[in-house]
Amino acid sequence: MAAPDAKAKVEAPAFREFATVPAIQPDATENIRSYVASDKIQEAIGFPGKLAEDWRETHDKAIGRMGELLERYRSLKVYLDACVHCGACTDKCHYFIGTNDPKNMPVARQDLMRSVYRRYFTPAGKWFPSLVGARDLTREVLDEWFTYYWQCSECRRCSVFCPYGIDTAEITMAGREILDSVGYGQKYSNEIIGKVHKIGNNLGLPGPALEDTLNGLEEDVKEDTDVDVKYPLDVQGAEVLLVTPSADFFAEPHIESLIGYGKVFHAAGISWTLSTKASEAGNFGMFIGNYDQLRKIALRVREAALELGVKRIVVGECGHAWRVAYAFWNTLTGIGAGANDPFAVELQKQLDPHYKQPSHICEVTWDLIQAGRLKFDKEANDGRIITFHDSCNVARASRMGDYPGGQFDIPRNIIKAVANNYFEMAPDTTREKTFCCGGGGGLLTDELLDIRVKGALPRMEALKRVVDDHGVNFMATICAICKAQFTKVLPYYGFKMGLVGGVHQLVSTAIHLGNEQ
Amino acid sequence: MTTLFAILFYLATALFVAGLAYKILDFARTPAPLSIPTTPAPTTRGGVVFRMCREVVFFESLFKGNLWIWTFAALFHFGLALVAVRHLRYFTEPVWSWVAFAQPFGMYAGFAIVAGLGGLWARRFLVERIRYISTVSDHLMLALLVLIGLSGLAMKFLTHTDIVGVKAFFLGLMRFDIQPLPDDPLLGVHLLLVATLMIVFPFSKLLHAPGVFFSPSRNQADNPREARHLAPWAAALEKH
Repeated sequence: MAAPDAKAKVEAPAFREFATVPAIQPDATENIRSYVASDKIQEAIGFPGKLAEDWRETHDKAIGRMGELLERYRSLKVYLDACVHCGACTDKCHYFIGTNDPKNMPVARQDLMRSVYRRYFTPAGKWFPSLVGARDLTREVLDEWFTYYWQCSECRRCSVFCPYGIDTAEITMAGREILDSVGYGQKYSNEIIGKVHKIGNNLGLPGPALEDTLNGLEEDVKEDTDVDVKYPLDVQGAEVLLVTPSADFFAEPHIESLIGYGKVFHAAGISWTLSTKASEAGNFGMFIGNYDQLRKIALRVREAALELGVKRIVVGECGHAWRVAYAFWNTLTGIGAGANDPFAVELQKQLDPHYKQPSHICEVTWDLIQAGRLKFDKEANDGRIITFHDSCNVARASRMGDYPGGQFDIPRNIIKAVANNYFEMAPDTTREKTFCCGGGGGLLTDELLDIRVKGALPRMEALKRVVDDHGVNFMATICAICKAQFTKVLPYYGFKMGLVGGVHQLVSTAIHLGNEQ
Repeated sequence: MTTLFAILFYLATALFVAGLAYKILDFARTPAPLSIPTTPAPTTRGGVVFRMCREVVFFESLFKGNLWIWTFAALFHFGLALVAVRHLRYFTEPVWSWVAFAQPFGMYAGFAIVAGLGGLWARRFLVERIRYISTVSDHLMLALLVLIGLSGLAMKFLTHTDIVGVKAFFLGLMRFDIQPLPDDPLLGVHLLLVATLMIVFPFSKLLHAPGVFFSPSRNQADNPREARHLAPWAAALEKH
């Protein structure tokens, strides 16, 4: 299937002189495929191990699951019906821009499923299939789904420009859910979900290893700053439970931001803790569009919060995790406010109503800055010329602060409060129009490196401009996947991998840890 | 002829109303279990209404997305709205004063309809990406609408039809008192196509009209931390 030596042929597309829309190149990426999950991986999280021998059985199961999803999700039903093929989305996807494969145009990606929906669920498709572009579900169609629904990062950029707000991410999620339900899962995501259930985080880092890591971190920070900053684990009765992507515990540059969170809590004198049970903010249940997985993974945070008796729940720098936390946790786990059912009230009466539940670490830091409780030595960041990359799930699927768009301003406000040199990238590539890093939505796996590199093109072009014009040498971001993806992909475009880092990495560099509070 | 058209319009109206009502009820009763507005989004109900108005009246998102499509779509839809208002005079007696007021603008709006559709159709041939996604039904839908527009314009600007007779026919239909339809082939074509459009509506992409109001990414308020969104099937999971 996928070439074993995938790395050899990975090549970054050339920068475009003008951001023109590429000519289409049919099937350009049909051979870039995720590894299929083994039966062991599938069965460990309750999915069928593999496709049935008999195609008819798979066919009926897939169509049956599609029918169930249409009953469960208004988004899917409305989005499959409402598209008029106007084409406004066709040039909005970074994967299309980078690969020219027309099936990476949002509408075409949707049509992979819409064509099947029409055939089985609408009179027009039942009676006049060729007229309305309806087609039977065949093995080839299912393979096509697997290929192209795993070439979507669920970034929602297309939904910004659609006159009906059609969000391809919803279709992709449904596609992946149907594939899982017939035993055709993606190895990368489903293996990670298995680890979260078994060990507590995506990286499979067990409790003792986590404790070691945090102890080591305390020593490092002590050595650097001469201050005893604590990185506590499982502390009963702490005020704040910090839930952060597990990459923060060991990956570069992620760990620099974790160091920063600790310094913020230290400087503000807030007691906080991490949790072994909830040692992962990420939730790949969203990527695969499976509500049960999404909920089960999120419930670990509820359990940890109840056990530790914390008053506040704060989420670290991670894009999709913040979407799940901000937009879904109240629904899934009761972490939030405004509930009147016993399940949610049990937790909500424990949480401090003076704070937003959950809060983003950037909200915490910005509130403290505004209250004058943090002091900075901005010059410490003078070696850095900084720009900010909006992560898609933060930008288009969540909020920070009290007003729409706070998710754009608060991280920028923090950067400007802790550093002197800041430049924006082009406005059609930032805020709600931001381009995905190219590795989100469950695509951060080596066999997809080719599409990850190509999908990064629009962001790399915008970055190139501020590097050339302003000498930018630090692209700050608040997403673990963005950080990992850019670290890997930047060199393909001639940049240093150290060019990417976290917002709290900047905070960490400039913050005063003394007695200022 | 009159009887055939009378039956056709009763049938078309019934299918249009029933089909649309079924789809709208279906959209409405299907739960939206998670909070998924495309952000930045309004945080209040009132804000959502305002966002939806901008979307429906000005095609705000499309404006951000593609100015060519927006221009042609706006020409077509605004033209259609005016023409629809103008056509109210065939169904009301006495004619409402605001309909009478819109009358002179509505006369030329027919050209906007055809021009807008022409632009949209040209894109389906000239723009490679849009050619790739176009289906036979996309072309047929445009053909249908263009022909409705052209036959209507022809009756206004080339050969006048007996509009007093047309009005009598439709007022009659509304009172279940069939009046003779003027014998004019152009009128026959026009009405046949309109009836076709009404019948096709609930079974086609024309569902974008009701669909936009039910789009969760546009019609949800951005308040998930303050309010608990829970679909019945999701709430059932908490029982065990």
